[in-house]
Amino acid sequence: MEIDPFIFRLSIFILSIFVGYYVVWSVTPSLHTPLMSVTNAISSVIIVGAIIASLSSVSEKIFEISNIFGFLAIILAAVNIFGGFLVTQRMLQMYKKKKKK
Amino acid sequence: MISADLSAIFYLISGILFILALRGLSSPATSRQGNYFGMAGMVIAIIVTFLSIGNFSTGLIYVILLLLIGGSIGAFIAFRIPMTAMPELVAGFHSLVGLAAVFVAISAFLKPEIFNLGILGNIKIASLIEMSLGAAIGAITFTGSIIAFLKLRGIMSGSPIIFKGQHYLNLFLGLSLIILIFYLCKTQSDFYFWRIIEIALLLGILLIIPIGGADMPVVISMLNSYSGWAAAGIGFTLENTALIITGALVGSSGAILSYIMCKGMNRSFFSVILGGFGGTDQSSSKKDKDQKPVKSGNADDAAFLMKNASSVIIVPGYGMAVAQAQHALREMVDTLKKNGVKVSYAIHPVAGRMPGHMNVLLAEANVPYDEVFELDEINNDFANCDVAYVIGANDVTNPVAKTDPQSPIYGMPILDVEKSKSVLFVKRSLSPGYAGIDNDLFYRDNTLMLFSDAKKMTEDIIKSL
Repeated sequence: MEIDPFIFRLSIFILSIFVGYYVVWSVTPSLHTPLMSVTNAISSVIIVGAIIASLSSVSEKIFEISNIFGFLAIILAAVNIFGGFLVTQRMLQMYKKKKKK
Repeated sequence: MISADLSAIFYLISGILFILALRGLSSPATSRQGNYFGMAGMVIAIIVTFLSIGNFSTGLIYVILLLLIGGSIGAFIAFRIPMTAMPELVAGFHSLVGLAAVFVAISAFLKPEIFNLGILGNIKIASLIEMSLGAAIGAITFTGSIIAFLKLRGIMSGSPIIFKGQHYLNLFLGLSLIILIFYLCKTQSDFYFWRIIEIALLLGILLIIPIGGADMPVVISMLNSYSGWAAAGIGFTLENTALIITGALVGSSGAILSYIMCKGMNRSFFSVILGGFGGTDQSSSKKDKDQKPVKSGNADDAAFLMKNASSVIIVPGYGMAVAQAQHALREMVDTLKKNGVKVSYAIHPVAGRMPGHMNVLLAEANVPYDEVFELDEINNDFANCDVAYVIGANDVTNPVAKTDPQSPIYGMPILDVEKSKSVLFVKRSLSPGYAGIDNDLFYRDNTLMLFSDAKKMTEDIIKSL
């Protein structure tokens, strides 16, 4: 009997929820805002889908409607990736310890 | 072109790097390294995608061009945005993730063969369910985040918009989404697919408009969670491990933050979502307000009190963000420290408009993070402290939450500001906070009201110090 690959993906998904649960509880409350901006940045890994949609057209035409949606998604996700990681970086730079006297 | 197995392994690696990125945030010391892990994960995912397609035609140039355009817009925003605008920035970014998920789902629906999902008109049922869920959650995230953005930015009023039958309408729309997905699977007709997206867009608006300004921390966290589930839905459609792992991480992260925020207000998640809270129903408290005596003072009084104190606790709130008073506040604290006063900061979980909002602002003003404490770390210290300086916070200090079971905020954990020897309360007027209730603290004997703008008052205090 072969197992449907879907079940494997579902397993990864559910295990990741558990990993996420424990990892996020360990995040210190003072970093909750950077947590939101960085999760926002990493969820833009959806750009992977956008790139596939825009590049692997079966035909040679690259301006088919499905590609256009892919292109638009690339812009949106790219704004998020750069914006999200950089703004997180900017915030994290500001968290400093007390200077030693 | 690299094999599907190899790219799957690389996607797994980038998923693990994302986990490490979140893990880094457990302490400010490791957080920056964590962020680099996140960036590395993203770079790997993008490069592997290019390699697995292996199509280096003209299309690639367009893609890289678009990446650069989007990237420069994002970088520009990231460097220019003031820290006080962080809540609306995050809401805005969530809307982009949502819309991107919708667009990817649309192109997967229109050209299923490029994702190996079958052909148009005959897409695998499982894929149809996954992509329509991804598209629907993405669409809800998109419009919901836009409403949250408008409310946070002040373009739209923060007060809840409620009408009769609202919850039934939302319920009806939610159910019709499920029915439409069912028919989409049955008929494969694009008619249903477009209706799903339209209804989800509408539902996103309707879900967020009844939620008031003070509940925004919950809303932002919730939309954060939704954007994760949308990404996961698309991840299942595209059979992509990196997306599935990330979606699950972000989804559970947002859910935990919503839970923490709800707990900080002692409200159930559902009562926040159903909305309507934070209206201006203050009739009960208004009547006897005039009779109650209020002691008010000026900057000199405040400066005198604090200079002669041995310990001061600062309680910042949303008002500090609005007045941009964090830098002035830090200066004041520096001056106090020079006078030998011990100063610390107390942050309530729901202070501000998003989780951790106050911490970021204080960090921006160069306040060392080891002087900033959470509610349960510092709450016992109020009893031994000489002066509590409340700047821009209100409901989170209201002792009514402990004493009056009738109060809408009864049971909410509060900062025990009233236990300190004297309380300095910077506020523009006696108006109630967002919960619409009068603050008992105003009328206490040990409270001195400082009626002014948070920034101006703090600057005046610095002068008289």
